[in-house]
Amino acid sequence: MLDLLLDPAFLASVPRFLTPLLLAALGGAICERAGVFNIGLEGMILTGAFAAVVGAYFAGSPYVGALSAALAGLAMGVVFAEFNLRRGGDAIVVSIAINLLAAGLTTYLLRVIFDVTGTFNSPDIAGFSAVHMPGLAGIPVLGPLLDGQSPLFYLSLILVALAHVFFARHRLGLRIRAAGENPAALKAGGVNPDKVRLLALMMCGALCGLAGAQLSIANVNLFVENMSAGRGWIAIVAVLLTRGRPWPLFFITLLFGVVDSLSFRVQGLGMPQQFTDMMPYLATLAVLTAISWWYRKSRT
Amino acid sequence: MSSRAGKLLSGDLAAWTATLAWIFAILFGLMLLIGAPFGEAIQGFFSGAFGGRRFAFLMATLSRSTLIIGMALSVMLSFRAGLFNIGGEGQLIAGGLVSALVAIMLPGPPLLVLASAIVAGMAAGAAWALLAGVLQVYVGVPLLVGSLLLNFPIRFIASYLVAHPFRDVASGMVQSHLVPQETWLPYFPGVRLDIGILLVAVVAVATIVYSYKTTHGYHARLNGLSGDFARAVGLPVTKLTLQTLAMSGAIAGLVGAIAVFGIHHRYVDGMLVQPLYAWTGIIAVLLVGMIPWLVPISGFFFAAIQTGAAGMERAAEVPKEIALVMQAVIILFVASRVSGALLSPPSSEK
Repeated sequence: MLDLLLDPAFLASVPRFLTPLLLAALGGAICERAGVFNIGLEGMILTGAFAAVVGAYFAGSPYVGALSAALAGLAMGVVFAEFNLRRGGDAIVVSIAINLLAAGLTTYLLRVIFDVTGTFNSPDIAGFSAVHMPGLAGIPVLGPLLDGQSPLFYLSLILVALAHVFFARHRLGLRIRAAGENPAALKAGGVNPDKVRLLALMMCGALCGLAGAQLSIANVNLFVENMSAGRGWIAIVAVLLTRGRPWPLFFITLLFGVVDSLSFRVQGLGMPQQFTDMMPYLATLAVLTAISWWYRKSRT
Repeated sequence: MSSRAGKLLSGDLAAWTATLAWIFAILFGLMLLIGAPFGEAIQGFFSGAFGGRRFAFLMATLSRSTLIIGMALSVMLSFRAGLFNIGGEGQLIAGGLVSALVAIMLPGPPLLVLASAIVAGMAAGAAWALLAGVLQVYVGVPLLVGSLLLNFPIRFIASYLVAHPFRDVASGMVQSHLVPQETWLPYFPGVRLDIGILLVAVVAVATIVYSYKTTHGYHARLNGLSGDFARAVGLPVTKLTLQTLAMSGAIAGLVGAIAVFGIHHRYVDGMLVQPLYAWTGIIAVLLVGMIPWLVPISGFFFAAIQTGAAGMERAAEVPKEIALVMQAVIILFVASRVSGALLSPPSSEK
């Protein structure tokens, strides 16, 4: 078991699973702290994955791809805000609609723009290549994990630290927390909580968009229908379990990422694919159950 | 009841006109994107949803409505009891899978096999829903994420079973063997529509009677309107929760069995996931603000959008995926106007 955990190939694959979860969960955390019950992360990730492929294909640059992913996700955040905050729709209903909208729009545009169904795969999709930094590869044990990953992985690590400072010290971060914890006080202070929540949703959308970009132009170079495959829901579980605090969020998504890459590894050992496919969800359920159980016991 | 329906339909006429205008503007925008001929597209839509030779397409719409309405009734029971069971898909798969396997393996007179298969499917659906319920009630896992996450394992379990031990290898597809032909639900005379729709009609009547005329239904609804109140007056909230979820799951399981015995006659990998029956059922309930007697109408409406979109693709080459966009846009505009406060969990539970 220890051999498996220290295997460089295994370590190198952890960020592939961790990065999308972490980026999406950070987005979800911002909404959670702002008091927006956003369970539409799944749709925002999917939108980002598609927009990333569109951008990377037409501009020939993964950075344009990532940018368009962030913008497309942000647009979904604005749509969410319009229907939830301004028109007063229930957050759960709007989330479900956002998820369906993303599934519909991406498959529709897949046919309109690329004239294919199911999968779009082309050598012209300019994906991210691995970033090698001097010194990183030499770090014992963690070297293979830290070196040679997509730029979005490093971005996501920086964002965890930034998010911590953001919630603790930044004016907008504090306003976001106030919007979640005590919107009346925020209002009394002359700030419209819904405007703060709109900003939170936009940031959340952009982060989820980047999570999608990691899936479609960093992990692979293609778009597949519904390629978000439940990651948005796993990110929501991480957010719920940590109440949106950045560092705990990092560790729990790291745990999920390690389990995911482990199950990916054991697929090579002759397990039927369906069993390794369900691992991430079972692991999420197991962690969720264990922590909920522990919460309940510690409260009584 | 009538006052809520009234609230649903009345409201500001100008606002409703604006809503409709938005929905159509978005649709036409999407069609403009590919330069589809509007006239043919619209004609294709209506013939795809309601036309066809000897109304073949109308029958397809009704057949699809059967499953959507069934799933809608299933989640409606949960939603009205304040339970955010969005794991209908898993319960549907459990029901379809188990009923198909029972029918394939169980020897005996066809009617008995069919009946046992349906009962087994309902039990499987109920069990899968109860699993999420037990996790919420005894462990504290929120039903919303618990029920949703349980959709995935069962999907892969079903996929594994029909890909390996129970695969009809000769067919070359990832699917089980056919269930015995004598157990297939018969068609109505002269049309290609199985009698599954009658089963769902029975369920619809039963849920309406249950919701409005029985003490249990009243208690469950009370629990949905205010869990704290239900607890305070001494209702057995835990028992109500688990029983309601079991009923939801059993209906979903029945729908899975109808899909097997009425439509596919076997379990095909992905057959209950791809068409998004469970999610369409959820939005069909949300569209009409969870009013039971309107649910069949809205289920039929969404089924017609899906088959109509397929017709639009045949007639004017508009990708049929536009149906999903249409549904999402309708829900965004309409449901945000009607079912807001009904669904949100009270802030203490968040």
